[in-house]
Amino acid sequence: MTSYIYPKFGYRRSQEQAEGIVKRHPIVVIGAGPIGLTAALDCAARGQPVVLLDDNDTVSIGSRAVCYAKRPLEIWDRLGCAAAMVERGVSWNVGKVFFQDQMSYQFDLLPETGHQWPAMINLQQYHLEELLVAKCRANPLIELRWKHRLISLKQAADHATLAVETPDGIFTMEAQWVIACDGANSDVRKMVGAEFTGQFFQDRFLIADVTMKADFPTERWFWFDPPFHRGQSVLLHRQADNVWRIDFQLGWDADPDEEKRPERVIPRIRAMLGEDSEFVLEWVSIYQFACRRIDNFRQGRVLFAGDFAHQVSPFGARGANTGVQDIDNLAWKLAMVLRGEASEALLDSYHEERAFAADDNILNSTRATDFITPKTKVSRYFRDAALELARHHGFARPLVNSGRLSTPTPYVTSALNTPDDEAMTGGVRPGTNAPDAPITLDGKPAWFLPYLGDAFTVVAFGIDTDRTEIAVGPLKAKLIVVGRDIQDSSGLLAERYGASRGTTYLFRPDQYVAARWTGFDEAGIADAMLRAAGHDIAGRKELAA
Amino acid sequence: MMLNLSPNISDPDDFYAELINSQRDLDEDQALRMNARLILLLANHIGDRGVLTEAIDCARTAGG
Repeated sequence: MTSYIYPKFGYRRSQEQAEGIVKRHPIVVIGAGPIGLTAALDCAARGQPVVLLDDNDTVSIGSRAVCYAKRPLEIWDRLGCAAAMVERGVSWNVGKVFFQDQMSYQFDLLPETGHQWPAMINLQQYHLEELLVAKCRANPLIELRWKHRLISLKQAADHATLAVETPDGIFTMEAQWVIACDGANSDVRKMVGAEFTGQFFQDRFLIADVTMKADFPTERWFWFDPPFHRGQSVLLHRQADNVWRIDFQLGWDADPDEEKRPERVIPRIRAMLGEDSEFVLEWVSIYQFACRRIDNFRQGRVLFAGDFAHQVSPFGARGANTGVQDIDNLAWKLAMVLRGEASEALLDSYHEERAFAADDNILNSTRATDFITPKTKVSRYFRDAALELARHHGFARPLVNSGRLSTPTPYVTSALNTPDDEAMTGGVRPGTNAPDAPITLDGKPAWFLPYLGDAFTVVAFGIDTDRTEIAVGPLKAKLIVVGRDIQDSSGLLAERYGASRGTTYLFRPDQYVAARWTGFDEAGIADAMLRAAGHDIAGRKELAA
Repeated sequence: MMLNLSPNISDPDDFYAELINSQRDLDEDQALRMNARLILLLANHIGDRGVLTEAIDCARTAGG
């Protein structure tokens, strides 16, 4: 049995602090967790230099986020990290649901075939962060500054001024834009006075990593009201290196200091795993949260992402997975504004789209919590009824809610979408992330999403043209013709996109559908591209002229 | 489809007796548990979301 050795990244005095020069950076990211590290990589991938500040100099202590879903893996693949994560992590498909002392039922995720990445992997957050840090270090556009603690932030019209404390004292730096992703207990939030809207519920969990030589299969096991933890829920997940993660729901009234004492934790785990089980308790923590989100994801020159902006219950793995998608949405917009290709108004769509997604996550999280922790006696009867019926009858299994696993929220109401005309049916609606599919490229098997890339892209099915690019104003899109540049050998690409000859899609730089047509319409594409870059009607007319 | 609020059970007295008799030997807790299972079974059989919403609204206002 091995324990993880936490790396120390080491503090280095920056040149600007040494020389006492106040330097203005295009982008400063606060917090080197999974979201901040992803932010640095995505902004750098779009050609922007990034300074990343973190008040510590190591990775996450304990496994924390654990579960990573397919869409974040697709984003990390765009940033060149997903393969290493999948290789290091554990994939699972089977879940078992227990009610009191019996199994209620089991399910198989049976993910749709013809996708490059699995539906879900489990990986300790420290392994994930270590991979991301290595990728950041290899990127000359990213400067990682450890032991840099932000102590104040002041905003001006076109920049923010940051006072930063290091082992060498306090110095001042400026940023055109700040991405704040330093978590639920952020100091930045207090500095900018960013408030939360409402509070849906709050709860506490005891979360533990244990190393064991166990016979447990690689499955997700969820207990409702088990004999070893009466009246609450318990979740067991396998992670890399024979480390298992156990989440005990405690309820808001539990005493966190008392509950995390090993004398209290070890008997709990022993009761769960069996009296004879051999295990080592590697890490234990209390996760407490209030399910809520911030009023506005942008405040002037500061943009909020991840747990800083929204917090949900752990059911459904909606925390880190959502945060990574915040960055996927933000990075291309910020890069376009910095390049002068879009106005600051585009950044307001970051709030519009990601607050919409946060609300969807809060809705799902609230529903799961209402099922797992019934609030009234009668709702407990319904919960128990669903679990009892699920043991014998398939119909009740979809009613059982132990957390709905994170999937991307379509931005169905976004102002960046160009609405479909009436002839367009089926396929992928504007505001939805692009589904992957196998393709053939230069006679070899390949995947659609990596080929789609990270810029505006037009994909047209089976049209006859020599064009390879469509340009309007400061924007341009690569034109991919299916049948010319790539082959849809399996037919899955056309099937997933509801495409026939002439069907044309416009994808945004985050691989979301901006618009689509039944035929190739260059003027329509140009207008939709300008709309997706946040240009209003007057601006679109001027730029298209 | 709309919620059927006209008589639709062929032998209403017999049905009502069966429902009451099925809970005669249950205590209140057991009966409430059974009711919850029965609601879920019937709701699934109906399936139609619009009808279920109508039924929930109708039941909540005591049928008024």
